[in-house]
Amino acid sequence: MNNRVFVSGDEAIALGVKLAKPKVIAAYPITPQTIVVERLAEMVEKRELEAEYMYVESEHSALAAVMGASVLGVRTFTATSSQGLLYMAEVLHYASGGRVPLVMMNANRSVALPWSIFGDQRDSLSLLDSGWIQAYVEDAQETLDMVIQAYALAENKNVLTPVMVNLDGFVLTHTYEAIDIPTEEQVEKFLPEFKLEGKMDINAPKNLFFSSSPSDNIRFKLQQHQAMEDSRAIIKELDRQYEEITGRGYGGLATGYRTEDAESIIITLGSITGLVKDVVDALRSQGKRVGVVKIRFMRPFPEEELVELCKNADKIGVLEKDISFGYHGTVYTNVADALKAEGKKLINYIAGLGGQNISADDICNIFSQLQSIDTGVNVPTLNFVGVKG
Amino acid sequence: MLKNLDKEEYFYGHKGCGGCGGSLAVRLALKVLGKNTFVVVPAGCMSAVGFLYPQLSFGVNALISPFASTGAMLSGIRAAANALDIKDCNVVGFAGDGGTADIGLQALSGAIDRGDRIIYICYDNEAYMNTGVQQSGLTPYGARTTTTPPGDYIHGSKNNKKDMFDIVAAHNIKYAATASIGNIPDYIRKVEKAKNIKGTSYIHVAAPCPTGWGIDSSETVSIAKEAIHCGLWYLAEYEDGVYKLNHEVREYASIEGYLKKQSRFKHLTDEDIEIIQKQRDRKINLIKRKVKNYEKILENQ
Repeated sequence: MNNRVFVSGDEAIALGVKLAKPKVIAAYPITPQTIVVERLAEMVEKRELEAEYMYVESEHSALAAVMGASVLGVRTFTATSSQGLLYMAEVLHYASGGRVPLVMMNANRSVALPWSIFGDQRDSLSLLDSGWIQAYVEDAQETLDMVIQAYALAENKNVLTPVMVNLDGFVLTHTYEAIDIPTEEQVEKFLPEFKLEGKMDINAPKNLFFSSSPSDNIRFKLQQHQAMEDSRAIIKELDRQYEEITGRGYGGLATGYRTEDAESIIITLGSITGLVKDVVDALRSQGKRVGVVKIRFMRPFPEEELVELCKNADKIGVLEKDISFGYHGTVYTNVADALKAEGKKLINYIAGLGGQNISADDICNIFSQLQSIDTGVNVPTLNFVGVKG
Repeated sequence: MLKNLDKEEYFYGHKGCGGCGGSLAVRLALKVLGKNTFVVVPAGCMSAVGFLYPQLSFGVNALISPFASTGAMLSGIRAAANALDIKDCNVVGFAGDGGTADIGLQALSGAIDRGDRIIYICYDNEAYMNTGVQQSGLTPYGARTTTTPPGDYIHGSKNNKKDMFDIVAAHNIKYAATASIGNIPDYIRKVEKAKNIKGTSYIHVAAPCPTGWGIDSSETVSIAKEAIHCGLWYLAEYEDGVYKLNHEVREYASIEGYLKKQSRFKHLTDEDIEIIQKQRDRKINLIKRKVKNYEKILENQ
């Protein structure tokens, strides 16, 4: 029997983590992640979750602490956001290079300066090269399902790569939705017990996280890259298994909505997808051939999926809450590389920085602008949406 | 009290310099702690000389932590050991002076604050030796390092060497001690004591570095002894709120004799030596007062 509850995105994370039964949790509070760690602390207090809850003095220590716990073969959890994620940056590379199968939630939030507690995706996208699998979710239901799948993915012996589950600050973390919670039995069936090969063991001591010579270093980095490549098929397979057990599947690294005959497509990341779908429905009812492609994983990047989903469209807009100053948005740069041989018109829309609202009108305007390319209008490659004054 | 040291070597085959004080401190501590030990070593001398794949020198479970993370990783390992119900194990960190008093101070403070059952050993060679002898927060006044070149303007280190023993004691730590590889029986006793403490313990072991100090590799232990004899290092303990000095020095040996044996102090003037002597007197008086105060408090209880 599925259990339906009305919860925020942060609470959905906590409920998903509870079902995964980590034994060590360490986290440092930062808005808008705090509700996650508060709920988990309450669960530990009520003994609904049998875990060691560690108070740590910084995000840097939070990630280091769960690394130390994980290499003894213990499932862990941590969560952060924005400045906290950046403060962890060194340890992010450390964890992925050490092949430590951690799961972390990141509440996507703008990065200072100027200070802003509101959402955009510049925090996690600036750490795209840290060797973590990066997942982005659309709503509270996908949040809960993703965090459970994240453990199965990170701990898969062919992956052994940490996973960051990203959800938009406030828009997702603090918005309440009705979601279905899988049963403990369903999760137990899907998520095997954590068994780490090569863990630290008193009877078989290990020396971990060592230095290496240049010739060994590149071999280790190739292995790390290969694991990320291999995770593509595993992401799809885990999603299929999860759907078989719970009835909910999401379709792998990227998914399309009304893309089959679309001439213009907007590519999205995260919670804005829902609104773009609504606009697509409205424009479709006016006979416009438009669609949306949602990127679910930025690493590994869904190159083949994008080529397939966009194959019938010749105008692609990439809408993202990020800018890599001096070039384009990071999502755009990745999409442009994936579609470089496809001969499409690619336009980058930077929106929602520092929590600025992205309206249905903004999205309508993007579709109109994309369609205007056919009438000979020269649309610039890079556009900031909603800049006033 | 430990009668025989374990014959097994748990830190062996590393590339440490001849006469390395830090590696001696690690080797001896592991002989006391034994095979059921998890070691955390941050970036620094010990990880540089003992952890180059495939030449890995620890005979027990060990890992390198990020430079700032010794305290946090120790805690994480202990939390996992608790979760797995592994009771009979030691979780020990070996960090240098920079890794402890500078970049690792925050994580160490967090770990002591949590009261986790871990042992943190700071091997203090008084500068960033691994990177080529740069000044750290524990470099003593006057010392030549590559970032405090002695000349008319900089004139060596202007630091006063943070008092880690006091900083740690101010956390209400369960057990803290200063030690020295110049007094190995005392150091071994303290490691053994820390092993049995049900909470956080901290040992600050003076571990001279021939390369950085400019002494012969055969003089590591003798120079450490001299530091104690001239009062620039003392052996003390703090346990459950009580300070204890482990030795009474009636008459201090000459500071100048100790300093002039090391090329890092060769440039010191008489004025410098006077400053160092004053620092010594102040420090010794402070610890003596603390010991006395606590004795009084105990008498009145």
